[in-house]
Amino acid sequence: MSNTPVDNSRRRFLTAATSVVGGVGVVGLAVPFIGSWNPSARAKAAGAPVEVNVGKIEPGQLIRAEWRGKPVYVVRRTEETVASLTALDDQLRDPNSEEPQQPEYATNTHRSIKPEFMVALGVCTHLGCAPTYHKGDFEEFVEGVPDGFFCPCHGSKFDMAGRVFQSVPAPTNLVVPEHSYTSADTLLIGVGQGAA
Amino acid sequence: MFANFMAWIDKRLPVTDCWNKHLAQYPAPKNFNFWYFFGSLAMLVLVNQIVTGIWLTMSYEPSGEGAFASVEYIMRDVDYGWLLRYMHSTGASAFFIVVYMHMFRGMMYGSYQKPRELLWIFGMLIFLVLMAEAFMGYLLPWGNMSYWGAQVIISLFGAIPVIGDDLTLWIRGDYVISGATLNRFFALHVIAMPLVLVILVFLHILALHEVGSNNPEGTDVKKPKGSMKPEELSKFKFHKHYTDKYDIVDAIPFHPYYSVKDIMGVAGFLIIFCWVMFFAPEGGGYFIEAPNFEPANGLKTPEHIVPVWYFGPFYTILRVIPDKLLGAVGMFSAIIVLFLLPWFDRGTVKAMKFRSTIHTWNLIQFVISFIVLGYLGTKAATPLYNMIGVVASFGYFGFFVALWFYSKNEKTKPVPERVSG
Repeated sequence: MSNTPVDNSRRRFLTAATSVVGGVGVVGLAVPFIGSWNPSARAKAAGAPVEVNVGKIEPGQLIRAEWRGKPVYVVRRTEETVASLTALDDQLRDPNSEEPQQPEYATNTHRSIKPEFMVALGVCTHLGCAPTYHKGDFEEFVEGVPDGFFCPCHGSKFDMAGRVFQSVPAPTNLVVPEHSYTSADTLLIGVGQGAA
Repeated sequence: MFANFMAWIDKRLPVTDCWNKHLAQYPAPKNFNFWYFFGSLAMLVLVNQIVTGIWLTMSYEPSGEGAFASVEYIMRDVDYGWLLRYMHSTGASAFFIVVYMHMFRGMMYGSYQKPRELLWIFGMLIFLVLMAEAFMGYLLPWGNMSYWGAQVIISLFGAIPVIGDDLTLWIRGDYVISGATLNRFFALHVIAMPLVLVILVFLHILALHEVGSNNPEGTDVKKPKGSMKPEELSKFKFHKHYTDKYDIVDAIPFHPYYSVKDIMGVAGFLIIFCWVMFFAPEGGGYFIEAPNFEPANGLKTPEHIVPVWYFGPFYTILRVIPDKLLGAVGMFSAIIVLFLLPWFDRGTVKAMKFRSTIHTWNLIQFVISFIVLGYLGTKAATPLYNMIGVVASFGYFGFFVALWFYSKNEKTKPVPERVSG
């Protein structure tokens, strides 16, 4: 043992330097542990876009497509339905789709590319249940509105453009996924207009 | 022979000293009533969950494809598999019953007050980890209610501004709840959370033995050293760790007095537990919910998504607030206020029987609100239930607010120096 007196400032510097380097090491080590929770390459591949043939949908009919494990509702709206959308504006929370729940090209009154086709995730924006489609019997939930979506979990209501009604638990309109048309009758869900 | 062996051990590890300090010569107040069963019962259920859990993992298959079928396999084909699973599933509900009773005991007798704040916080951390443990465990059977319950709870994190969506994606490890989510929940449920739980229980008991047990009268059985006459001291021999610092009165050694008493509690508990396990293992649809008898299906929402009963109170608070973010905030606040209970209560009198009438009524209305919230949480939301839920939520939070106000200058009765009974 040497008899050199203790150099406190040197000791403090060394302690601090060791702690900092050790801390950096811990942060670096945390990266793989946290990163491994991200979706794996397989999960990402399974999230690839899906094609839907919309040519055979009857007016007023809803078909479900599955994209990334979530239901996508595709509805062929009748002309009356499209025309009646704006009349509901004062009963809705976000009639003009100001919340970014849809791609840029679907920020319009009908929230889609073609007014005829509604495309939206069938996932309630409250807590993720699947709203049920009420065709013709929606008056039970909102007076004077024949068609719409009602979420059986906590009673949220959406109109025929997936816009949420006021005074329900869901905070925002239904999400409109990125979508585009590769031909007149082929809808591609997962790839936005102009992106492909 | 045995004495020599113990002497050999004690020289190398303080086994005898530890036994005496924490059991055979640990001073426990002599007036514990049946409410004091629930601490040891919680330990019993924890052991039950760990042992049956280990056995269940031997036949369970943690994957999106195999999980549901492997639970059925355990139920039908594995010898005694049904018993192990029902011990585990009934144990989960029993754990919460026991823990809620244990917490209520603490509230009645002011066991959270100074100097037991840290003890209370460790207890609350145990409660929090227990809820995470139960939530993750409930996903594992991969039934449809498992799936949608997890969907609802994970999407709560989506309410956090800016990072919400990325956070939920990170928690799930997929765009939806999938096998990836199941596998990580399995890992957390069987390894991470139980480890944390056991460590917290250890700290909870260590903190308890440092400050000493409270009792139904809230009197202190550890008096300042030298303040008591020799004939007033407890006649039992206590560990010098306690007697060096304090004069011990009105106390008895934990072992054998309370270890034997707790065995009576265990017997009573097991009678009820076994009755449920053998005759009503689904707990009337409250312990195992009906939609969980069909496999997880992301395209089919159960008609009513309701959590298991023990999450009911918090779920109702979430549900009655018509805003996603505020609802989640309300739900988490309901747990945070419990953490802060030692500071909401500004009083110094611990036991309910020496506190004001308003405190008794406040506690009663809290219990009623809690039970009502719990009941509503297991029912579908109707406008009437929502209204009742709002009232009960006010009752729940109101307990803490009212307590903070009246406890400052509360009219209390004189607390006796010594245990009276």
